[in-house]
Amino acid sequence: MNIDWDIIAKAMPLLAEGAIVTVQVSFLSAILGLVLGIAMGLAALSETRLLRWIVAAYVDFIRGTPLLIQIFLVFFALPVIGIRLDEFWAGVLALSINAAAFVAEVVRGGVGAIEKGQTEAARSIGMRNRQILVWILLPQAYRQMVPPLTNELISLVKNSSLLSVISVYELTRAGQAIISIHFVPFEIYTLLALYYYLLLKALSILSKKLEERLPQW
Amino acid sequence: MVSSFPRLRAEDVTKSFGETVVLKGVDMDVSAGETVVVIGASGSGKTTFLRCLNRLETPTGGTIWLDGETIGGAFDGPSGAWRSASEARMAEQRRQFGFVFQRFNLFPHLTARQNTAIGPEKVRGLKRADAEALAERELARVQLADHVDKRPSELSGGQQQRVAIARALAMEPRIMLFDEPTSALDPELVQEVLDVMKALAEAGMTMIVVTHEMAFARDVADRVVFMADGVIAEEGPPEAIFGSPQKAATQKFLRHIARH
Repeated sequence: MNIDWDIIAKAMPLLAEGAIVTVQVSFLSAILGLVLGIAMGLAALSETRLLRWIVAAYVDFIRGTPLLIQIFLVFFALPVIGIRLDEFWAGVLALSINAAAFVAEVVRGGVGAIEKGQTEAARSIGMRNRQILVWILLPQAYRQMVPPLTNELISLVKNSSLLSVISVYELTRAGQAIISIHFVPFEIYTLLALYYYLLLKALSILSKKLEERLPQW
Repeated sequence: MVSSFPRLRAEDVTKSFGETVVLKGVDMDVSAGETVVVIGASGSGKTTFLRCLNRLETPTGGTIWLDGETIGGAFDGPSGAWRSASEARMAEQRRQFGFVFQRFNLFPHLTARQNTAIGPEKVRGLKRADAEALAERELARVQLADHVDKRPSELSGGQQQRVAIARALAMEPRIMLFDEPTSALDPELVQEVLDVMKALAEAGMTMIVVTHEMAFARDVADRVVFMADGVIAEEGPPEAIFGSPQKAATQKFLRHIARH
């Protein structure tokens, strides 16, 4: 088989531009997803039944529907109710609300996994529920939350390739554009895989470093 | 407040978990400065009773008073119907009880000083420096002045339990509740914890101690309470309970303990 090296040389800088958009989308979605997800995770731990129910329903919906459909919903349904976002921000929003559901579960699960004796001890010295959460449970839970959260970040980067369907000019979309003009799918998809692999490898090395720096006790 | 009230009064306290009835109606008065030791076989309800007092468990029935004030709620209005306390009020009442757990339950992410200071700072509202100074005094009182900067994982079981005692004392409780404080400890570490408890009792602290340490009961208790099957089967001064127990169940339990 013939490999078109010329196309590869031309494609590399174009794909690098796409990779930058992938990083931007992923970074923004990770921040927004983390903020939303932590807020929802805390709501899921609250005393208020309605709040807990809303978060449970949200998580259930996000887990029970494909991300691709969620992306289409954000992109096509939001304009119907008068919210117009360009494809980049629609993509960021779609990935964020998806990630938020998983982050909420990690926060809820991480706090829920702390031994019951910790809450009892805090209660026995007169702490209120909110104080117990802030001073006793969350500081212990976050150590356990970091590994699943970095996993979630890695899936988020992979999932961002789905944004190509709403024409966000990220890595996958950049590759498809080249393929549609030059019809070189093998070369380009191989290159795409390589770009994603390097991005994710860098992320997983970073997250290992972070995990090593978590406090031990 | 009724001046004739004892420090603690428990009246007809019952507790069921689903179908299982654990407490069948326990009455107990504890005077200020008194040390009551509760003994009995496992499953007799003594731990559950202790946990009902500061409402780590909500009793199914009965009433508990601390210095004449009902715990966990109040008989309200002309009808005298029971109304449960708010979460804030419950927390406020709970800190009047010091509770020492069998498994210590220290906060693993905090040092001994922080474990002891966090209650005074966050609950009593002391300035951090004052809370930490108080913590150091309480830790010195349980012979841990040299270990204030250690985390629980760096301390022995006996040291951890003494930090737990200091943590409870720093809240200046009106009564201390000890739930089998030495039964999770290696035998050689038991005495250091009992010594601290004895010193507390001698200093006039009001205490209820659930324990299997009969020598401690004999030595320190003003009164020994023997529980069986969710009720108080027999109680009296240690000389009477250990010297001439009246009930067959008490005699059997003490014979059983003596063999081990």
